[in-house]
Amino acid sequence: MNSKSTLVKLLSILIIFGVLTTACGAPAATEAPPPTEAPPVATEAPATEAPAATEAPATEAGLMFEGVTVNLLTFVGPQVAEPLQRRGPDFTALTGATINVITVPNSELYQKALTDMATGTNAYDAFLFAPSWIVDFAPAGYIEDLTPRIEADAALEWDDVAPFFRDFNSYDGKVYSIPLDGDMHMVYYRIDSLEEAGLEPPKTWDDYLNVAKTLHGTDLNGDGEADYGSCISKAPAQQSYWWIWSIAAPYIQSQGNTQGTFFNTEDMTPLVNNAAFKRALEVYKETGPYGPPDESNQGVGDTRGLFISGRCALTMDWGDIGPLAIDPANSKVIDKVGAIVTPGSTEVLDRETGELVPCDATTCPYAVDGVNHAPYASFGGWAGAINAAADEKAKDAAYAFLSYMAQPEQSNADVVVGATGYNPFRISQFEDQQAWLDAGFSQAAADSYLSGIKDSLNSPNMVADLRIPSNQKYIQVELDRILAEYVAGDLTTDEAAQQLYDAWEAITEEVGRDAQLESYKATIGAK
Amino acid sequence: MTTEPEDSQPSRLHTVISTAERLAGSIFILPTVLALLLLSIFPLLASLYVSLARFKIARGGFTLNFVGLDNYQKLFLGSERTHFLGSFAPSTPVSWIVFGVVAVALAIFLARYLLKARVSIGGLIGRLFLILGLGGLTWMLVHTLWSGGRLGTVSTTLVYVFVGIFFQYILGLSLAMLTVQNLPGRRFFRVVFLLPMMITPVGVAYMFRMLTDTSKGPFTPIWQALGLVDFSWVNNAWGARTAILIADIWQWTPFMFIVLVAALESQPVEPLEAATVDGANHWQIFQHITWPAILPVSMTLILIRLIEAFKIVDLPNVMTNGGPGTATQSLTYHAFINWRALDLGASAAVAYMLLFLVTFFGMIFVNLIRQRTVETL
Repeated sequence: MNSKSTLVKLLSILIIFGVLTTACGAPAATEAPPPTEAPPVATEAPATEAPAATEAPATEAGLMFEGVTVNLLTFVGPQVAEPLQRRGPDFTALTGATINVITVPNSELYQKALTDMATGTNAYDAFLFAPSWIVDFAPAGYIEDLTPRIEADAALEWDDVAPFFRDFNSYDGKVYSIPLDGDMHMVYYRIDSLEEAGLEPPKTWDDYLNVAKTLHGTDLNGDGEADYGSCISKAPAQQSYWWIWSIAAPYIQSQGNTQGTFFNTEDMTPLVNNAAFKRALEVYKETGPYGPPDESNQGVGDTRGLFISGRCALTMDWGDIGPLAIDPANSKVIDKVGAIVTPGSTEVLDRETGELVPCDATTCPYAVDGVNHAPYASFGGWAGAINAAADEKAKDAAYAFLSYMAQPEQSNADVVVGATGYNPFRISQFEDQQAWLDAGFSQAAADSYLSGIKDSLNSPNMVADLRIPSNQKYIQVELDRILAEYVAGDLTTDEAAQQLYDAWEAITEEVGRDAQLESYKATIGAK
Repeated sequence: MTTEPEDSQPSRLHTVISTAERLAGSIFILPTVLALLLLSIFPLLASLYVSLARFKIARGGFTLNFVGLDNYQKLFLGSERTHFLGSFAPSTPVSWIVFGVVAVALAIFLARYLLKARVSIGGLIGRLFLILGLGGLTWMLVHTLWSGGRLGTVSTTLVYVFVGIFFQYILGLSLAMLTVQNLPGRRFFRVVFLLPMMITPVGVAYMFRMLTDTSKGPFTPIWQALGLVDFSWVNNAWGARTAILIADIWQWTPFMFIVLVAALESQPVEPLEAATVDGANHWQIFQHITWPAILPVSMTLILIRLIEAFKIVDLPNVMTNGGPGTATQSLTYHAFINWRALDLGASAAVAYMLLFLVTFFGMIFVNLIRQRTVETL
C-alpha cells in the first residue's frame, strides 16, 4: 500500500469530518426563531420613546436612531412607494434612521408579508399594505399594537384622521396600522363632453351605461380619433374585483352600513347568487363595449392614463384621478373633470326572495331622489404596520417614520400630488381647501373632488371593504378569477354567480363558519 | 514477550488503514449525497407533504394540517376542476372518432408488445400506464378543444409545449441550415439570431405586450391601416394564446438554432461530398445524410426544451395576466396563483401534477430516443 496516499486519505477524512462537525454543531446565531417562538405582541407602552419626528430628535450622543435601518415592504411604485423613497432621506437627516424601501408586485405583497412573519424570517420591520389584512396578521401576533404609541404621539394628530379610516385600521379595539392614504371609489366624468351632449352626470348605473353609450366613439380630446365612453380596469390579478363591488353595492345594501354587502349576517351565506349581484355583473360587462378594445387586460394605471389624456368620458377610480387631472405635464383634461359618488340603483335586493324590488321609504331609507347609493371604500387606503418580531429599535424607528409620513405637514403635501398614489384621509384635508388650491386645483375642481369624497365618507350606507380572515382569498383570488372568466365569456351570469357562491362557501367552511360570521359582524358593526 | 507490542502496533495500524480504505469511498461521496438529499429529495418529500396539508395562520407562526387527498380532490373533482382540467363539452361524433382513432392506436401498440416473445411485468405496467395517461389526456383534449368546451391549465400547458416546440424546432433548423451555407453575413446573423435567448423572459413578455397592443403599440399604424384598431389579441382566448406562443417561439428558437448549427457543422464532410459527386439533390442529402446525423442531437434538444417548456409562466403572467379569464394560464401560473393566496397545499398539488406530466412525457421521449438509438445501431 502506498503510505503517502493512505496519509492523504486519512487527512481528507479528518478534514471532511471536521467541516461537517463544525457545520452541524455551530451555534445557529443567524438562524431565524422557530415559528412557535415568535415574540409576543408588545403590550408595553413604548410611547414615551416615540420621537416627535418633525422635530430634530438629536441627543448628546447624536441622532436618536443613528445606525438603525428600517426595512419597509410595500408594492412596486412609482406611486405609493415614491413618497416613502423621497421622504426617507429627510427622515434620515432628522433621526439618523435609514429607511430601506423594498417593493414587490401588488399581487404578491400579501404572501410576502405573511410568509416573512409566519416563518419567523422577519426580514421586514414594517409594511405598507392593505389595512384589511390586519384581521389575518393581528390575531396571529405578527404585527405590533400601535395604540399606546399613537396615544402618546401628539404630532400624529390622530383625531384629525377621519373616523372611518381610524376604525378601518383597528382590530378588536386596538390600532394596528397608520393610514397614509384614504381610498374611496368615485366616478369621474368629463364635464365638457357631458354638457355638449346635454347629459347629466350619472346617478344610477343605468345612467352610467347610457352616458357611456352616447359618448362612445366620439372625439373627446380633439385629436380626430374616436374615443371611449367608459374606461374601467378589468385586468385579472389587478384590481377588477373592487370595481365590480362598487357596482354591486347599491343593489345589495340599502339599510345602512351594518347590513353588510358580502355575506348574510344571519348565516354567513354569500350575497352573490341573487338578482342584485347578477345585475351588477351584467352592468360590469355592459361597460365593456364602450371601453378600449383591450380593456379586459388593462390595469388601473392604463385606464387612468387614458382618462387624463382625454380619451374617456367616464371612469371609476379612487381619489387619484383628481390630482392627476390637474397635472399640467400630463393632463389634457385640466378643469374638465367632475367627481361624484358612485352611481346607485332604483332597485335593491330583497334578501328574502333574492329578487330586486323598487326603492321606497322602507326598502331604501337612505335613498337620495329615489336612488340608493352605497359608496364603497374599496381597499381602504395604504397603511403602515410594524412587524411585532422586529428589533425594538427598528420598531421605534419604523413607528417614527410612519408617524412622520402621516403627520399633516407631510401628508397634506403628498395627498395633493397625483403621482404619490395617496388620497386624503384627514378631516382637515377635506375642510381646508387651501392646499388643493395651492397645488393647482381650481375652486370648482377642488369643490367637486372633495365633496365627492366627503359625500361618500359621510354616507350612512357606505360599504367598507371585506375585513375577515382570508379576505384576500375571497376577493383577490376567487372573485378575481370568476370575474375574469365571466368577462372573457367563459361563464354565463348565472354560472358566475353560482361559482362565486360555491367558492366563497368552500372558503367559509374551510376557515370555520361561526368564526367567520362573528368576525364579519364585528367588522361591520352588525348585531 | 517483548515482541508482542511490536507485533500489535503494525496490526492496529493496519486495521485503521484498512478501515479507512474501506470507508474512504463512502465518506468522499457523503457530502454530495447529503447535498443532493438536502437540495432535492427532502424538498420533494416536504412539498409532497404540503400537497397533503392545509396551511393555516396560527398565533406566532403557522400550522400545516394533514388533509389527505383533499387538495387533489379539489383539482380533479372539486372547485378547481374547471380551472385545472377545463370545461368539458358534451361528446360529439367528431370527438368520439378522434378518441376512437387514438384508442385503437394505443390498443395496437399494446397488442404488438404482448405478441412479442419477451414480455416483462415492468414493461407491461409501463405500457398500461402510458396507455391510460395518453388515453386520459386525449379524452380531455377532445372535450375541451371542441366548441363548447374550455381549456384548463393542463391543456393550455400542453398546447404551449407541443405547438411551441414544433415551431421552435422547424424555425431553428431552417435558420441553422441557412447559416451553415456559405452566404455573406452569416456570422453576423448567427449573433443576431441568438439575441432573443439572451433577453430575460420578463423583458420579452413586456416587449410583446407592447407589440401586440393595437391601440398604443408601435404597430398601431399598421393595425389602423388593416382596420384592426378595435381588435385586441387579449379579448379572444386563442388570440391571447397565439400571442404568447409567438413570443415563446421568438425567444426559444435561438436555442434550437445554436445547437443545430453545431450539429450541422460537426457532420463529416466526406459523405456529403460523396453524395454530391453521386448526383444527389439537396433534399436527398438532407433526408439520407444530414437528418440521420443530427437526429440524436435533435432528440436531446427537444427533450431539454420539453422539460423546460412545461414551466412557462413569465409570458402569460406579464402579457395577459393569465387572461382572458383563465385562458392563457399554464400549470405553473396556476400553482403560482394558489401560492400567492397562501393556499400552499393546492399549489403543491398542482406542482406535483406538473412534475407527473413532465416525467410522463419525458419518459416517453427518453424511450423513443432509446428505441431510435437501438434501431440506428
